[in-house]
Amino acid sequence: MSDTTTDRGSDTFGFIRRNMRQYGILFALVIIMAFFQVVTGGILFRPVNLTNLFLQNSHIVIMAVGMLLIIVAGHIDLSVGSVAAFVGALAAIMIVKMGLPVPLVVVLSLVAGALIGAAQGYWIAYWKIPSFIVTLAGMLVFRGLTMWALQGQSIGPFPKEFQMIASGFIPDVFGPDKPNTLSLILGWGAALVILWLQVRNRKRQEAVGIADEPFAFFVGKNALIFVALAWMTWALANFRGLPNVFIVMAVLVALYSFISERTTLGRRIYAIGGNEKAAKLSGINVERITFLTFVNMGMLAALAGLVVSARLNSATPKAGVGFELDVIAAVFIGGASMSGGVGTVIGAIVGAFIMGVMNNGMSILGIGIDYQQVIKGLVLMAAVIFDVSNKRKS
Amino acid sequence: MVAMDAILEMRGITKEFPGVKALDNVNLVVKRGEIRALCGENGAGKSTLMKVLSGVYPHGSYDGEILYKGKPMAFRKITDSEEQGIVIIHQELALVPHMSIAENIFLGNEIAKNGVIDRHETNRRTAELLAKVGLRESPETKVGELGMGKQQLIEIAKALSKKVELLILDEPTSSLNEHDSAALLRLLDSFREQGMTAIMISHKLNEISEVCDSLTVLRDGATVSHHQGMVPESQIIKDMVGRSMDDRYPPREPKIGEVIMQVRDWTVAEEGGDGRLLVDNAKFDLKRGEVLGIAGLMGAGRTELAMSMFGRSVGVFRKGSVKINGKDADLSTVSKAIKAGLAYVTEDRKSLGLVLEDSIRRNIPLANLAGVARYGVIDHHKEGKVAQDYRKAINIRAPSIDQATMNLSGGNQQKVVLAKWLFSEPEILILDEPTRGIDVGAKYEIYTIIRDLAAAGKSIIVISSEMPELLGITDRIIVMNEGRLVGEMPTSEATQERIMSVIIKSGHDLTEEDITPEEIEAETAHV
Repeated sequence: MSDTTTDRGSDTFGFIRRNMRQYGILFALVIIMAFFQVVTGGILFRPVNLTNLFLQNSHIVIMAVGMLLIIVAGHIDLSVGSVAAFVGALAAIMIVKMGLPVPLVVVLSLVAGALIGAAQGYWIAYWKIPSFIVTLAGMLVFRGLTMWALQGQSIGPFPKEFQMIASGFIPDVFGPDKPNTLSLILGWGAALVILWLQVRNRKRQEAVGIADEPFAFFVGKNALIFVALAWMTWALANFRGLPNVFIVMAVLVALYSFISERTTLGRRIYAIGGNEKAAKLSGINVERITFLTFVNMGMLAALAGLVVSARLNSATPKAGVGFELDVIAAVFIGGASMSGGVGTVIGAIVGAFIMGVMNNGMSILGIGIDYQQVIKGLVLMAAVIFDVSNKRKS
Repeated sequence: MVAMDAILEMRGITKEFPGVKALDNVNLVVKRGEIRALCGENGAGKSTLMKVLSGVYPHGSYDGEILYKGKPMAFRKITDSEEQGIVIIHQELALVPHMSIAENIFLGNEIAKNGVIDRHETNRRTAELLAKVGLRESPETKVGELGMGKQQLIEIAKALSKKVELLILDEPTSSLNEHDSAALLRLLDSFREQGMTAIMISHKLNEISEVCDSLTVLRDGATVSHHQGMVPESQIIKDMVGRSMDDRYPPREPKIGEVIMQVRDWTVAEEGGDGRLLVDNAKFDLKRGEVLGIAGLMGAGRTELAMSMFGRSVGVFRKGSVKINGKDADLSTVSKAIKAGLAYVTEDRKSLGLVLEDSIRRNIPLANLAGVARYGVIDHHKEGKVAQDYRKAINIRAPSIDQATMNLSGGNQQKVVLAKWLFSEPEILILDEPTRGIDVGAKYEIYTIIRDLAAAGKSIIVISSEMPELLGITDRIIVMNEGRLVGEMPTSEATQERIMSVIIKSGHDLTEEDITPEEIEAETAHV
């Protein structure tokens, strides 16, 4: 055992206080969920509503993982809503008007998104033009191009195959009876894998004496996550099974968490946002990595565009208006820092679900869109104030 | 008791920063109508003293008293001292380049009625002020379009607009060429005839003897001497550097091997502007196991030399070559320089060395992430082990390797930066001001690390403004001034006086006659 924990106090309460930034957001989500579960009379957690919650927020979650990297690198992307709409329009034209096969269209759409990201990232990374300006221009340009491409009309409907992206559920290979067995296997399997990874990591930390988290807290946290995942899987499997987009989201979250926390690429992105000059003097290719984060964002915005148009079953000129604000809000609620270098993928996802649960809960309660906006705005402000005051204390 | 003709008397001024006594019982009396020079090495406390005087450090944050025109003063902010006619012009000019001369001069002090600026009156008064400082420019010219010399004059015009009686200039000629410097000194001379008092911080002893009436030398935050009239330069130099050398440096037996690096014709120009040369035809060799010191004043081009070699991180590369182990080395990007075996430990660890909100563990591998990763995936446990090992090996004092580096002391931050570069496994380490702002104990530890690295066959370049440090830890010293290498000597033959006189002579030679670089080389060769 090193002298790590002795002089910092290893009691659970002290640990929570030190890690408020990380866990505060998770507590907030749990509290908000509990609150709406009670005031909606239990509607929130009904399988049908739970399913809707995922379907309705999938595009925000998909874009939030990309936006997290952008914001961690010290930039911002205001164009994602317009880019999503534009790629949705392109896909609609390719499928409905041109009759191209869906898999090809998906690939072409993602490439188009990546190219758009590259076009914006080029000016930001290599010409050092502020990302706020470049992507503000992008926001206008791609909104305009969306209207132009659609000629002001909606295009739809899509073939079933394409709709499945957003509104399909994973098939049950073990027969049609409920609960959906494959969903159960996947969901519970994932919960077990997460638990196992956490335990393994804990053991390794203990072996080298750097386990900081109090044991009781470790057990409590993981029990909560495991039970939540297992129960949610059970609920969804008894309804229609896991939605396809849920799988997409889960894969993206796992992949991007891994990239941001475990790879040299992720580490470099954090270093650039934390101190660009120091990163540059450490031999990090700041320009190329900044460029790549925007390429990635463009691709994820394109994916979100496909999901949204598949869900609405049409591409419309107004699709994706205001998405960028929801996505950016999710990332900041999730604890990312405006000045870069700080933030986690999981935090951004939790932030997205806080927004999602509030939207959903308030809609169930019949609260008007006017009040909803006010409340969401205040929650965003509160989250950031909480963060700043927390930082000031430490 | 105040002397009859004293305009300013500072008594027993003591100013402490956490862990450092920047000023220790400093006394300064300035007579009305004189130009007083303030000399001292970097970090002697000159600027701190002037910040105390001008209210940058508010009354109460220091001990001692300030009497101005016989009355005690308690300045809480700069405007308090400006109201009394004390104006300071900082070394780095505080002009807004996108604004006009007139707007700059009256910035924060606009001539306005009900918040509406009176442009005509502003321009009229500006024209008057410009005439006083002898600058023929339209008041509406943008400041950014003017050279450094003219900008300096605008700063002085700005001071005049505040009815200045005591003008403080912090190294006013450090960024000016000879012609502009001479003009500025003449201007100060004429102001004195009109009764203005001035305090001038300067390193340039020839300028001091040209215009100043008296001289105060500061060293290590204390007043060492006051001189009236002409003083031999040797006396001033001795006062500036005269510290005793005790056993502040670990003993060492150098084992110097063959030449590992050869730098030739290294020339780097300033980015933008008029392309002033930051480094001018630098040429030197470095041997295996050698500790080479680079001495010089601030702005001599030492950092620029180092950073331009490290991936062209500063200025515009003009020409030059570097051979490492006899082969031409490609140092055109930082990552290539690292691959070539170079490491540069910055003088500015907070803004250039560390990701402050990140932990020790995450900072150390930043220049060599491949060293803790496989196929681009970081092995957290290896990373933790590396951090732990360095923490023990070079004694980084922190509760844990997960401590954010912003919460460490300066000395421990410096060790983290050092660990980062040691982990990149360089052959040649360039340490820029490695002990700046850290306490004596940590300094000794850093010196020990340097000694051990040299003993292990690494080659080390130490850039330092603390001459005793260079004399204490290096094998050989090269001296830079104004971008050129102006002298070289084995440390065994070096003294602080000798280094200082090389610097000052190299400045003289240029002012008095135009000597070609070849002649200087010839001259320095026999030094």
